[in-house]
Amino acid sequence: MTREPVLTFTENGIYCPAGDFYIDPWRPVDRALITHGHADHARDGMGSYLATHAALPVMRHRLGEIAIEGIAYGERRQIGGATVSFHPAGHVPGSAQIRVEVGGEVWVASGDYKVIDDGMSEPFEPVRCHHFITESTFGLPVFRWAPQAEVAGQINDWWAGCKAAGKTAFLGAYSLGKAQRLLSMLDPAIGPILTHTAVENTNAVLRVQGITLPETTLVTPDLALKDHPGALVLAPPSALGSQWARRFGPQESAFASGWMALRGVRRRRAGDRGFVISDHADWHGLLWAIRETGAENIYVTHGYTDIFTRYLNDQGWNAQVVPTQFDSDGGDSE
Amino acid sequence: MKDFAALFNAVDQTTKTTVKVAALAEYFTTAAEEDRLWTVALFSGRRPKRAVTTTKLREWASEASGVPLWLFEDSYAIVGDLAETISLVLPPVESEDTGTLTAWINALRGLKDEDDAARKAFVLSAWQQLGGTERFLFNKLITGGFRIGISQTLMTRALSRASGRPEPEMAHRLMGNWDPDDVTWHSLIEAEDASADASRPYPFYLAYALEDGPEALGTPEDWRAEWKWDGIRGQLILRDGDYFVWSRGEELMTDRFPELARAADHLPPGTVLDGELLVWQPGAEFPSSFNALQARIGRKTVPKKLLKEAPVVLHAYDLLEWQGADIRDRPFAERRALLEKAAADLPEDAPVRLSPQHQFTDWSQLATLRDTAREAQAEGLMLKRADSPYLSGRKKGDWWKWKLDPLTIDAVMIYAQSGSGRRANLFTDFTFAVWNGNDLVPFTKAYSGLTDAEFRQITAWVRKNTQQRFGPVRQVTPHHVFEIAFEGIQPSPRHKSGVALRFPRMLRWRKDKPLQEANTLDDLKEMLRIYG
Repeated sequence: MTREPVLTFTENGIYCPAGDFYIDPWRPVDRALITHGHADHARDGMGSYLATHAALPVMRHRLGEIAIEGIAYGERRQIGGATVSFHPAGHVPGSAQIRVEVGGEVWVASGDYKVIDDGMSEPFEPVRCHHFITESTFGLPVFRWAPQAEVAGQINDWWAGCKAAGKTAFLGAYSLGKAQRLLSMLDPAIGPILTHTAVENTNAVLRVQGITLPETTLVTPDLALKDHPGALVLAPPSALGSQWARRFGPQESAFASGWMALRGVRRRRAGDRGFVISDHADWHGLLWAIRETGAENIYVTHGYTDIFTRYLNDQGWNAQVVPTQFDSDGGDSE
Repeated sequence: MKDFAALFNAVDQTTKTTVKVAALAEYFTTAAEEDRLWTVALFSGRRPKRAVTTTKLREWASEASGVPLWLFEDSYAIVGDLAETISLVLPPVESEDTGTLTAWINALRGLKDEDDAARKAFVLSAWQQLGGTERFLFNKLITGGFRIGISQTLMTRALSRASGRPEPEMAHRLMGNWDPDDVTWHSLIEAEDASADASRPYPFYLAYALEDGPEALGTPEDWRAEWKWDGIRGQLILRDGDYFVWSRGEELMTDRFPELARAADHLPPGTVLDGELLVWQPGAEFPSSFNALQARIGRKTVPKKLLKEAPVVLHAYDLLEWQGADIRDRPFAERRALLEKAAADLPEDAPVRLSPQHQFTDWSQLATLRDTAREAQAEGLMLKRADSPYLSGRKKGDWWKWKLDPLTIDAVMIYAQSGSGRRANLFTDFTFAVWNGNDLVPFTKAYSGLTDAEFRQITAWVRKNTQQRFGPVRQVTPHHVFEIAFEGIQPSPRHKSGVALRFPRMLRWRKDKPLQEANTLDDLKEMLRIYG
């Protein structure tokens, strides 16, 4: 007696037949449940959106006038034959794992997640389930994150060193999530913090919803650098080495990303320094999260899917690779 | 080891050469002399004799980290560096006081008389003591290959600053096959009489590519022109009755070219020649293709049969030492005149020949000549200023290589594979095909030529357009056309297409070109007929 799976993997994305909805679809559909506001998960053109209350402001900011409804973490909602609820994924503020239950069978689509508390995002909560859909962006044993405080120390030391050498510290990071996490780690006593428009726009959205960030100054065309000695500039990675970056005079550049764990990538992408900090789980974080769900069936999406899946199968899980379209270059979107 | 790790970090964490040189110069002034000497040795590609095989290292790292061997190997393929992979998979530790670089090197060298169990115990204990960069560097001492963005030029500059001696002198002192066991910091860097080993070569003078025509160089009379041969650049040293052959990669290749021994019959000791090693059949008008030479390079000892099939000659184009005196400061025209004199009496079958200079009175004449380079198995022309000294390293101004435009063909990308190291999270290795009727026939791979931004763009595309996976290789939807540039084409029975290309790379991403307009196998065969 086979029955239809609770979630299936279709051309449009993850689909729930019982509830007739999609999770993070990459093509326009009628009803979309969204794990978080990053561009590769929350796309334009859906008939309606459902996301956590905390994810709404960023999504509205990015997608404009959309039919979107908010839901509280843990709130259970019936959609057709499915019961759905959203649970913290710890990836960025407002990010969620989506739990879908049909006839007693529980699936969890975790979107992107990290298992350590960054002090800003709602911390990851394991959700018991039978089927777990996991990412594997950093699904190799070479990825192991140092405690956040240690990385904060490295970044602040670097900034203080730049300041002492009369240089601007130019730090590249993804505008939504990573940039604000870095802001919360910076020591404002060292000097002023200047921001690129892309970063400042997200700051504004998150501040309105009650997230505390240190004081920042938006870089405008008439901003005089000499009024901000010892500044740190926070900008999207694409601004590293750009024309825009040149206005900050003598500078050292750095890039903050999990990819900076690899020396080769660091040398290709980072300019001078690379700080290893990610909003995705590292190897041990992924394995811990999977164990905590109690799930036997694991579906592995973007990242080192083949290798990670093989390892899970070796360890006794029933794991398989799930093709995905939101498999973007982790270097920028993480 | 802490000082050395601090130096490594200082150099690795900046892209600015001034900062790198300052950090090195500081280290070469303050560190213990034996550590300095080893640092120079390591950064110039020397390393202690390998005491442990990399196979063992992998096994032990797998065991110590609890990571299955296949997973370790897969991780290594992505990281691209064994020393780094090991240091990343092992649990982190905080280093205590860890002793000097030289002490670690000596301990490693002491392992050669130990059995495997003792070696393993030593390595595992080192991994437990050393954290972060120090663990990585310890592994590097075993695996070799300190590619850390310090060119020989930068190290020479730092040594020059630390010692107060000129850079060219430092460059020369570092050449050749010195061993940190046989020299001291003083004898290598400071001693007045740098009476080195007889095999010590001079630093090669390297030319820049001439991007536009030669008209901007001035009057033709001031310049000399030769073929730019498609062989291996080499330095032949005749000193004390011995001969030595160095590649420009500073590899001693004497044993690979036994036929050059006979040069000593015709040229006096105290002679150093700069030239091109080429396979040249007796009586042939032009050298054989690079492929023929490749068979020779691959062999450390050369069987008689191969020696006969692919005889090597040195086509000399410069004279660096004559009658025991370093003459690199003299004008090229003068060195060349001496070279011609020295070569005047060489018999036809001597393994050294004079690389001819071309006569020309205006640049257009030279341009016409350059167009025929392929027929002479040459890559183009070399232009050298008549009054130029023989400098060291790549310098602009006096020497130029004026290469032929590459051959090109428009091809369809059909497979993609991710890179390693610097390109770990990008698809960078592609297989290309040309049309044969309605089929696409693969004919070459290419890895380089795109910008980082283009690699990122094609990577995103590959992920969305994968049709099938074969291990790390992805078959993609035929869609993108690339202009592939290459230097030469040869028949090859081993390839489905029947051809092999020399130096293939992506010249341009032809986003304007529809799939159907890519070139055909017939086009490729026509190129083989003309240029093969």
